[in-house]
Amino acid sequence: MLTKGIFLPPMSEAAQKYEAVIGLEVHARLSTKSKLFCSDANSYGAAPNENVGVITLAHPGILPKTNKKAIEYAVMMGIACNCSINQKNYFARKHYFYPDLPKGFQTSQHTVPICGPGFVTIKTSTGERNVKLHHIHLEEDAGKSIHDMDEDYSYIDLNRAGTPLIEIVTEPDMHSAEEAGLFVTELRKLVRWINVCDGNMEEGSMRCDANVSIRLKGETKLGTKAEVKNLNSIRNVRKAIEFEIDRMIGMLERGEKIYQQTRSFDASNDTTFAIREKEEANDYRYFPEPDLPPVSLSNEYVINIKNNLPALPQVLYKKYQTEFGLNEYDAAQLTLEKEIADYFESVIQHTTNYKAAANWINGPIKQLINEEGISLNTVSANRLAEMIEIVDKGEVSFSNAASKLLPAIIKNNTESIAVLASQLNIIQTGDAGQLQEWVNTVINKMPEKVAEYKKGKKGLIGLFVGEVKKLSKGRADLKSVTQLLEDALKS
Amino acid sequence: MFSFHSIKDYQSLLLNGKATCADAVSYYIKNIEQNKHLNAFLEIYKEEALERAALLDAKRKAGNALGKLHGIVIGLKDVISFKGHKLSAGSRILENFQAVYNATAVERLLQEDAIIIGRQNCDEFAMGSSNENSAYGNVLNAADNSRVPGGSSGGSAVAVQAKLCMISLGSDTGGSVRQPADFCGVVGLKPSYGRVSRYGVIAYASSFDQIGIFANSVEDAGLILEVIAGKDDFDSTATKDIFKFSGQHEKKNFKIGYFPATFNHPGIDPEIAVTQKNFISHLQKEGFEVSQIEFDLLDYIVPAYYILTTAEASSNLARYDGLKYGAQQPAKDLNEQINLTRSQFFGKEVQRRIMLGTFVLSEGYYEAYITQAQKVRNILLKKIKEIFAEVDAIVSPVSPTTAFKTGEKNNDPIAMFLADIYTVFANLTGIPAISIPLFKHSNGMPFGLQIMASHLNEVTLLAISEHLAEVNKTVNQPANV
Repeated sequence: MLTKGIFLPPMSEAAQKYEAVIGLEVHARLSTKSKLFCSDANSYGAAPNENVGVITLAHPGILPKTNKKAIEYAVMMGIACNCSINQKNYFARKHYFYPDLPKGFQTSQHTVPICGPGFVTIKTSTGERNVKLHHIHLEEDAGKSIHDMDEDYSYIDLNRAGTPLIEIVTEPDMHSAEEAGLFVTELRKLVRWINVCDGNMEEGSMRCDANVSIRLKGETKLGTKAEVKNLNSIRNVRKAIEFEIDRMIGMLERGEKIYQQTRSFDASNDTTFAIREKEEANDYRYFPEPDLPPVSLSNEYVINIKNNLPALPQVLYKKYQTEFGLNEYDAAQLTLEKEIADYFESVIQHTTNYKAAANWINGPIKQLINEEGISLNTVSANRLAEMIEIVDKGEVSFSNAASKLLPAIIKNNTESIAVLASQLNIIQTGDAGQLQEWVNTVINKMPEKVAEYKKGKKGLIGLFVGEVKKLSKGRADLKSVTQLLEDALKS
Repeated sequence: MFSFHSIKDYQSLLLNGKATCADAVSYYIKNIEQNKHLNAFLEIYKEEALERAALLDAKRKAGNALGKLHGIVIGLKDVISFKGHKLSAGSRILENFQAVYNATAVERLLQEDAIIIGRQNCDEFAMGSSNENSAYGNVLNAADNSRVPGGSSGGSAVAVQAKLCMISLGSDTGGSVRQPADFCGVVGLKPSYGRVSRYGVIAYASSFDQIGIFANSVEDAGLILEVIAGKDDFDSTATKDIFKFSGQHEKKNFKIGYFPATFNHPGIDPEIAVTQKNFISHLQKEGFEVSQIEFDLLDYIVPAYYILTTAEASSNLARYDGLKYGAQQPAKDLNEQINLTRSQFFGKEVQRRIMLGTFVLSEGYYEAYITQAQKVRNILLKKIKEIFAEVDAIVSPVSPTTAFKTGEKNNDPIAMFLADIYTVFANLTGIPAISIPLFKHSNGMPFGLQIMASHLNEVTLLAISEHLAEVNKTVNQPANV
């Protein structure tokens, strides 16, 4: 692909020489009830400056108080990302002047983040890999400046000021826009899975900064990076990185030097533009927050959080394959969202036919959710297990169960499945006389096909079976039918 | 005619019907109005205080349970938040700012039936040692109007000195309660760091600041401390440790130590040094065990103190940008507006300290200044552990001189900083310290002695202070005005 205005030999050829190196900083807003250092509400969508008390406003004399829930959520996320947990935590002040930063500093963590190195597993087109995390730290968010409401003035909404964020910082460990996109997708899944953040990127609950550089393949030194700020969708993460990689390759190919820059993404045309050069970087004058004593986390505290975490998707993904014999696709589908995995887990309390449970959930149930907008638990786990059982017993065919019985169950959640099946007249029959009658009817109806079969076109057996199935409206037990047909056609 | 001697005495007069809260408030309002030239109060809550006095008198007459500080008339330094009242930190930048919540200490005073009579002048943002840095004018020492009252809580010290209220609450970051108490001849108590919640106290240097008490006697200071001390959900650095003031001390042979270096320091007024040394040797005869303590860090403590406090101050004062509240100088763009507002409405000393603090926190200087100063602080913390394993208290001068003349040190900020040499030690280490008025200088000015005890050991501190005051009873009168 050629980037606008840059004349190059076919990019694929030039691009082959380079490797992209990508690191991400993802901010996730923790879904605690109150802010990180005061009791003002942490909620999205309130009227401007509604969640703003004296502490948020940085009135003279106010002091911060650490929200214990936020600490707990950060530790949960650290454990979910295979991180080490720092047991002695300090907050630090990061200084800069801006109207949406009421104290004139952001309370963050500097030298000792709450979670140390870890990794998140992503599933790429070439297989699974672990993206290394540098750390996760806790900090408060700033407010929002709104510059486009008035020609002469900017507006400030401090609802967001002081809300708790975790910043998840990866190593420069990804090499394509695809990987970066998959990483953010996986991260969003994780925060939702353990319920520490709603993951709604369009509401700003998750925002991503991407550090992108390129280097010649085989080179071990990192190239000069550009940091693209505030990417608010997975699509934009991908598009911004794609653009940056192309832009940088173009520059190097033209013999230009890359300068370190902070850039912003324009979603209207999928390009990025420089907002400042490195030279303008702030000196944040970090120092330890004197108003907050260190937060010490005991071993018991960390272990307790670990024990109370739900089973994580990657663990279930493995377990479903190794213990339940499911294929990668089924296992991946079942672990896309916690609600699905939870549902699967409760279904298999009532049946050991894991494959059938997976097929039902990933097939007809998911289809109904998508098409009819029903919720996952409309069909209770034990009723789904009952359906699996009657299909297994050969009493109702899978297709009848899926297309007729399932909708009936959804309409009538109290009637027993046996009664519903018999009302629908879909109970399969093994009655020899009835089966023989259907077989005879089909053979008599298709003399030409019968003749062809008898001349050796044995493949036609499938056609006859299908006809019997049709005739019986799916009630014929097809194994017996095949045998009866073969016997009848021999004569 | 109303007169006040001690909290206990006043409260028994109230209970005997020999005085009323209204009498007390009227008396102090009259005194304040007659002493306007001292400039101790920036604002008097006249109507409000009289109303509250009437309410308390009625409550008492109705036989209702009374608060511990029933009817006690208290003034607040202009850095302590009192809901619905102005709070300006002696600065133009907060000139018309109204507090919207009560400091925890104020809340506790009010719960125990105290009467807040007014807001007291101080050095801007509590930065200064002479009260010459207030945007609202100097405060005069009532003992000699040509002299400063000390600072930064100058107004609060003078208010107790000149009988303008019974008690003042000040704040002490490096001596801002003890030094003006010394200059004015009253008791000035700086409790341990964390003893009193800082919630609602305008921050100067967060890891040093502590609310302090001005009183006529050690006992009164102890009674007030008991009310305002204790843990607070709004201040994570407030201690859970409980302070109870009994007022009853068994006579005990306390061990007292002193640093010879403090009396040999070149800056100290020889008369002060001699008087205090004599007093200390006299203590031995009174049954105290007195010992000398080697201390060779005296020259490090003032630099360490100013590096760390200015660093914290530059951060704490970053919020005053004129955007959310306070004075604002409009300009054509944001940065210019913040620049102009802060340049115009912060005074010279505050700007000096913000610049110093910003400098020492800057990349490339942090290690050279902050890290080194922090090292000094850690050494001192270790040192006091050793010291208090041997002695119950350390005694030292409060200030190298008595109250100096207004304008005398104005142009020499370093000299002004160095005068804090004896007081910043307690703030660097977080230990409780008190200055008690014991002596009179040949220049007519009062001066006293500083006593310091181990962290959270105010009980010992106050017990020793009362003993020392007794030992020196003959000169143990607040300076007469």
